[in-house]
Amino acid sequence: MLAARAARRAAFAAARTAVCPRPLSTSACRRSDALFVHRDTEYNNPKIPFEFTPENRKKAQTILSHYPPQYKKAAIIPLLHLGQEQLGWTSISVMNYVAKLVEVTPMRVYEVATFYTMFNREPVGKNFVQVCTTTPCMLRGSNEILDTVCTHLGVKPGQTTPDGKFTVVEVECQGACSNAPMMVVHDDFYEDLTPETTRRLLDAFAKGERPKSGPQSGRHTSENSAGLTALTSKPYGPGEHCQPDFQ
Amino acid sequence: MLKPSRVTRVARPLGRRTFATVQDPPVRRYGGLRDQDRIFTNAHSRHDFSIKGAMARGDWHRTKDIILKGDAWIIQTIKDSGLRGRGGAGFPSGLKWSFMNKPGWEKDPRPRYLVVNADEGEPGTCKDREILRGDPHKLVEGCLVAGRGMNATAAYIYIRGEFTQEARHLQQAIDEAYKAGFLGKDACGSGYAFDVYIHRGAGAYICGEETALIESIEGKQGKPRLKPPFPADVGLFGCPTTVANVETVAVAPTIARRGAVWFAGFGRERNQGTKLFCVSGHVNNPCVVEEEMSIPLKDLIEKHCGGVRGGWDNLLGIVPGGSSVPIIPKDTCAQVLMDYDSLKDAQTGLGTGAVIVMDKSTDLVRAIARFSHFYKHESCGQCTPCREGTTWMMNMMDRFVDGRGHSREIDMLLELSKQIEGRTICALGDAAAWPIQGLMRHFRPLVEQRIEQFRAHEGPVLFGGRLAREADPTLALPDNLGAHLGEVGAPPPRAL
Repeated sequence: MLAARAARRAAFAAARTAVCPRPLSTSACRRSDALFVHRDTEYNNPKIPFEFTPENRKKAQTILSHYPPQYKKAAIIPLLHLGQEQLGWTSISVMNYVAKLVEVTPMRVYEVATFYTMFNREPVGKNFVQVCTTTPCMLRGSNEILDTVCTHLGVKPGQTTPDGKFTVVEVECQGACSNAPMMVVHDDFYEDLTPETTRRLLDAFAKGERPKSGPQSGRHTSENSAGLTALTSKPYGPGEHCQPDFQ
Repeated sequence: MLKPSRVTRVARPLGRRTFATVQDPPVRRYGGLRDQDRIFTNAHSRHDFSIKGAMARGDWHRTKDIILKGDAWIIQTIKDSGLRGRGGAGFPSGLKWSFMNKPGWEKDPRPRYLVVNADEGEPGTCKDREILRGDPHKLVEGCLVAGRGMNATAAYIYIRGEFTQEARHLQQAIDEAYKAGFLGKDACGSGYAFDVYIHRGAGAYICGEETALIESIEGKQGKPRLKPPFPADVGLFGCPTTVANVETVAVAPTIARRGAVWFAGFGRERNQGTKLFCVSGHVNNPCVVEEEMSIPLKDLIEKHCGGVRGGWDNLLGIVPGGSSVPIIPKDTCAQVLMDYDSLKDAQTGLGTGAVIVMDKSTDLVRAIARFSHFYKHESCGQCTPCREGTTWMMNMMDRFVDGRGHSREIDMLLELSKQIEGRTICALGDAAAWPIQGLMRHFRPLVEQRIEQFRAHEGPVLFGGRLAREADPTLALPDNLGAHLGEVGAPPPRAL
């Protein structure tokens, strides 16, 4: 009898799925730029020790001395920068260590680390490639640059190459709009890009080189590339053109 | 009403002057600044940025004498020069700095701070970067002079985290200045104690807002504070603080040395001075250049940037002051002058002086939709109208890129933008709303045309952007999704 009931139940279930044309719906998971929660993993959990090197400890002391003693907390962002510089990314241990240094609860540091986009709370590749795609860059063809980077490395924005050499992300305005399009690798700005120069740069980074930063089109900084229209003469010296009091 | 026949006209003999001898004042053309009047002589980083090169270019020249002139003299000089804040809002700088010296300020035991806003994040803006890497000593000296003017004890320079090279140059400049005795306990030998520190940000556009910047220096999330209390009363670490843009601070020593009259001689009344303009987008040679205020926009582009790509007639529109200000169409572009008042009259703004040029190849709706993405990304999430509204506007703008919508949704979007504007703590909500309002003000037919084309191609569109033909016919659709709605556009012209 038990078997018979089981068979009937199975048949009923089959019939129900056949009748009902609507699939079980699930809401799509909301993807933000990065996950805002921390989950302990093998490579990122509070048990992994982290400490500044003696050299960085000295730097940390200098940073702390810039702020009033009762506002040690102000040093959170510079210290997180220092930690990220040392480790390559901002793990939970870095945050906990910084919290201990500035004498606040760890939560205060987590709040800051999740708010600011420059703190990578997941490990990134050896070369962290950030391509700007905001409107001024977009007008000069940054989408093409992003496509070039992605196809050349075989990843999508936000991903790391399997060999761990490159991580590519799309970022908002980096403040080099007169030199658009641009990308940032290793904190260095590479400007005035074309798909060819982008590929050349990526190849150089893959070989472990550090190509020269700045405009890749041959111009010096952000002057008119067809020839200077300003500041052509020798700069004036001390006291020149000044009021009599200051000559 | 007067009948035309009754009106008698006095025939005036030609060539004879009447008693009214007022003539039109001579028309003054602005622009054409000479190199000797440029303040940032190393804006293109072609010379040595270190202290040796900076002193050869006239920095730190008799700074002691400026300091010894005292706070009242410095503030009066800045007031007389007509300098207005270069960070976007254009508030008169001398007045702002004078708020620090309220009657009885000497009795206040709290330290006082000058905070320099080098968090240059506005899309299109790249002027402060040239100051930071080419002329860092101008900024450091400016901190001392402005700091003396407002009797500050220390200056914090909040530099955006991405600017590592610039932060290195600036740190070097500060170290050199300390070593030379220009800063510290006895700054420049004047007996005035002054310190300058760098604080690096970490990639948040909102930290360019003054109170968010203060929060960020204090080591918190960069969320703007409600004002009042204003920073001049309760600012950084609870002390009197003034936040000023890099360019505003960096021009102060040169104004003091060369005189307020010299600086006020440039530009139109109430818009005096020189200004760094950064031109990007569809020009032949984008560049950063220091020019006289009130230079006609067309002159700026043709003279310094090699003109619009494909000629002036290929121009579609220009965003004249960074992403936060509305776009203006070509005809207006030919008329406006690059100053606060002229651009305000054209229903836009000077902002940071970041000119983003778009030629006719631009997908304008996509360009403005990208701005909406930017604001959605950068909203700090503190005020509901901005947090929800930027996402909402972004979604609508994304649909308009294809034309997936109703033309009456344009008015809904405008209404939405009006509901965000002015209802948030800081100006990011306004800044997110204005580009969209500017687009609809001048290029509404373009959006409408796109919507029509999409409908002609894809059939009726439901509210929210789904296509009517994709709807499941086995399901009952509510009638209020707009599937059977005839496209409602502008009312047809009524026959008279």
